Amino acid sequence: MTPTIVLPVMIGGLYAAGVYLLLDRSLTRVLLGFLLLGNATNLLLLSTGGPAGLAPILGYSEPEAFNDPLPQALILTAIVITFGVAAFLLAMIHRSWRLARNEAVGTDEEDRRVAARRGTDADELDPDDLAPEDRAAMHADSRAADADELVDDVGLPTGSGAR
Amino acid sequence: MIDVLAPLPVLLPLLGAAGALLVSGHPTFQRTLSTVVLTAVLAVSVVLLIMADADGASAVSVGGWPVPLGIVLVVDRLSALMLVVASTVALGVLLFAVGQGSADGDEGTPVSIFHPTFLVLVAGVGNAFLAGDLFNLYVGFEILLMASYVLLTLGGTAARIRGGITYIVVSLTSSLVFLAAIGLVYAATGTVNLAQLAVRLGELPEGTQVLLQSMLLIAFGIKAAVFPLSAWLPDSYPTAPAPVTAVFAGLLTKVGVYAIIRTQTLLFPGGALDDLLLWAALATMLVGILGAVAQSDLRRMLSFTLVSHIGYMVFGIALGTAAGLAGAVFYVAHHIAIQTTLFLVAGLVERQGGTTSINKLGGLARRSPLLAVLFFVPAMNLAGIPPLSGFIGKLGLLQAGVADGSAGASTLVAGGVLTSLLTLLAVARVWTRAFWRSPNQSPAEDTAGAAAADAVLRRRAGSADGAGSPDGTSSPDGPARTALQDAWRRHTAVATASEPDLPPAAGAVRALRPLPRTMVGATAALVALTVALTGLAGPLYGLADRASTDLLERTPYVSSVFGEGEVP
Repeated sequence: MTPTIVLPVMIGGLYAAGVYLLLDRSLTRVLLGFLLLGNATNLLLLSTGGPAGLAPILGYSEPEAFNDPLPQALILTAIVITFGVAAFLLAMIHRSWRLARNEAVGTDEEDRRVAARRGTDADELDPDDLAPEDRAAMHADSRAADADELVDDVGLPTGSGAR
Repeated sequence: MIDVLAPLPVLLPLLGAAGALLVSGHPTFQRTLSTVVLTAVLAVSVVLLIMADADGASAVSVGGWPVPLGIVLVVDRLSALMLVVASTVALGVLLFAVGQGSADGDEGTPVSIFHPTFLVLVAGVGNAFLAGDLFNLYVGFEILLMASYVLLTLGGTAARIRGGITYIVVSLTSSLVFLAAIGLVYAATGTVNLAQLAVRLGELPEGTQVLLQSMLLIAFGIKAAVFPLSAWLPDSYPTAPAPVTAVFAGLLTKVGVYAIIRTQTLLFPGGALDDLLLWAALATMLVGILGAVAQSDLRRMLSFTLVSHIGYMVFGIALGTAAGLAGAVFYVAHHIAIQTTLFLVAGLVERQGGTTSINKLGGLARRSPLLAVLFFVPAMNLAGIPPLSGFIGKLGLLQAGVADGSAGASTLVAGGVLTSLLTLLAVARVWTRAFWRSPNQSPAEDTAGAAAADAVLRRRAGSADGAGSPDGTSSPDGPARTALQDAWRRHTAVATASEPDLPPAAGAVRALRPLPRTMVGATAALVALTVALTGLAGPLYGLADRASTDLLERTPYVSSVFGEGEVP
């Protein structure tokens, strides 16, 4: 038998559709994409067995006419693994939906925080570099004036902070 | 003897997992069972290492099928060494988890699931190290990944689900690339047996070889978190419980590195993609460590250093010389231990300080000197301060790079030194903030005081604008007033950094729960192990040397599978 063009075309199409779906933010589409990619890979494994032959059962036909049984064994294992992982992923999507009523890939909040931070941390800034109105309230530089105001209010001894 | 021992690192944890699942109603029995199983795995691994180092590589046909047909497990110096290190840290992490579980009364996390899953993870890691054919390696990866999915999403909180989904989708993609690569390798050579592939792959046209090699490297590169395939790691690891992150950080990426070593030495020894790997190593080191310096969360910082230091191992592999490989093998062993330990310490820090954000932590060195020591020693080791093992590993790699002498290798040497310095900066930041500064210098508490004082000022301004109450009705009295005075004095003390003996703010020093002894003990044992790696660096480096010689010769591996005779 001669190899056909059908299998490579199907594999290519499944890979393309799978990658497209995998790049989506919606988790259900990601799951579908993963299933398509898994099927594409299984077909790829199948096609490595060479042209189609007879079932590899001893006594059923001549060994020369056999199909290569090893890729089929590999596919069986791969199918089982894909099935298990897909079930787990589905459970995760369900959980995500229950928790957040949302089945899109979430954002890494801490990452956004780090990215949005301007320059250094607040306690690494030198207040002398800032305009007075930008300084943190009650910062050391303005404490003398603040303290005077506070003294009026709470009656602290003057200069308790000025050293 | 080896026929019996070699399958045990896979079989024992799997059987143990089944047993642990059966006795999930009896936590004490379950803990004892998993501890005993992992101790047995460690003992078997040590025996395997001794045998492999004495007699060289040996192979076991599981199921008794003749060699190219059945599944083979191969024990050589590299895989035996990896097994020993992996089972040691797995045991340490298990003890830590046992301590955490019994301290928390097993609330929140379903521990009945944790122990069986953890054992399955160890079985998968063992299978990946011992696998003698490509498909069995894939199965090993899948076993450990499947267990890791469960462990990472333990408890199913929103943060873990979010991080877990990223991790799962990325791992799935890498597995599919790996599986497709296996299919193509089989189509090209007609075998998936590693030893047979070592012979047959060399006969393929060069373009086919590069295609297969790059597909395998992409699959393993994702698992090992080599830049640019590393972005998933700092996103997903920090959300998991401390022992889980620790074991992931120690083992999972290193399984990927192990697979890269095998690909580059046994399957494709031509070094076709060495230059590419070299630059990937440089990018991994620098991008990873720059990310680490920017983080303000201890666990995320550690995750980024994990990515960064993968670059050192890839550097050694990409050099392709015996010295480079020996450095890489030593560094893998060192880094498994060190990174696991640091993540366990991060777990203790979170327990003691209530957070892992280094901006909120403070004064841990005074409050818990033992914890400070437990962090300081491995942190300095990670940064590569002499004479610790991190220094020895880096020195070996840098020497190998200098000996190589090419422009790329020299750039890598410079990059390696820079990364080491930046690692020191990153851990020193954690040290000065979380451990070294005094507790009432921590900005969280400072802000509370400043906010109270601010409120007074604002009220004063408001009353001045309004009808005016000159007799001071706006000023608080009684306990509120005392609290305000305290807050103000504390705030000014922070600003001037004097008066260290001020009374701490109410609630600033939380009532500390004493750290559970088992957790501290397990962490301390791992810290002792990392220090011991320094003491044992001579023999260990010798072993790494012999392992890398084996890897480059390739014949020990191949002839262990097929015997001394002709390879089919």
